Amino acid sequence: MINHKIFLQGLKSLKGSRSPAIPLGACFIALGALLKDAGFNLQQSAASSLFTYALPGQLVMAESLLVGASIVNIFIAVWLVNFRLYPMTVSLFPLLDHKSQPKWKYYLSCHFLAVTSWLIAKDGYKKIDKKNRIDFWIGIGIGTWSTAILMTVIGYLSADYLNKDILIGLAIVNPVYFFCMMIGAMKNLSISIAVIGGTILGPFIYLISTEWALLFAGLIAGTIAFLFGGKNGE
Amino acid sequence: MAIVATSVATFISRFMGALTSEKVSVKSKVFQWFNCVAYSTLAALLGRMIIFPAGVLADSALFVRVFVLVICILVFVFSKKNLVIPTILSAILLSFFNSI
Repeated sequence: MINHKIFLQGLKSLKGSRSPAIPLGACFIALGALLKDAGFNLQQSAASSLFTYALPGQLVMAESLLVGASIVNIFIAVWLVNFRLYPMTVSLFPLLDHKSQPKWKYYLSCHFLAVTSWLIAKDGYKKIDKKNRIDFWIGIGIGTWSTAILMTVIGYLSADYLNKDILIGLAIVNPVYFFCMMIGAMKNLSISIAVIGGTILGPFIYLISTEWALLFAGLIAGTIAFLFGGKNGE
Repeated sequence: MAIVATSVATFISRFMGALTSEKVSVKSKVFQWFNCVAYSTLAALLGRMIIFPAGVLADSALFVRVFVLVICILVFVFSKKNLVIPTILSAILLSFFNSI
């Protein structure tokens, strides 16, 4: 059903000099502490990482609750910030596709799609035979997902020992990790334009519309990168 | 209740992505476009997180955040793309600069 060797190969992406465990740990520990602040209990905090497993969305939820937003508002805000998962899935799953693999694997494992796992999979899929790539992905997914849940619990339990300076330090780890991974991924012109364009447009459009900034910045910068990068032969 | 709403709102995008993926070929233009949009949306999110952060990060100065980010990216580039060193360094640097 699942090729164990390949699965373990995916799981092992947690180790070594490119390990995502530290950034994942840092941000979910900070999240655990924040969820405690927002009035969640331990089970709810763990459930949030178990079922949502997308940090920006969980942050939006916690902060919206702190300011007393309604459920509908939270739903829309989360949907807008996590909409990025849609193009991310479409730009990863075709690479993992193989006729011999059952569809449920794809439908269930799309839950593991988050920035960290996506970047690791994009970085490593070429090494894996096309037939087994979905099992490699499930390995990465289980590894990053379980780390996230565990760290949320640790963060919740250690909230009282974390002072503000430590929390601020933890909060920068994740963007730094993602930026490094993206710079590592800038191997051709179109992706380089996409990354640089998005980085500039994201904060810029945020000045005009906070909620729609990501969607518009992504669409505009991505389309420019596609048109311009494609013309120059990758 | 909020957790359920958040989870459903998040899973919709993932599941839609999995469904769309069945019709998209790796070699197609559509796939390349999605790839570019995915990278730039992610970059937009990160740019926003650094320039206009939410949560505790907002209590640090903008130039300190950018400074720490640049140093860590340089470490990443010059350490043969080691990710552990720059990520640990970033937390130490920002905690340090923020406490002085």
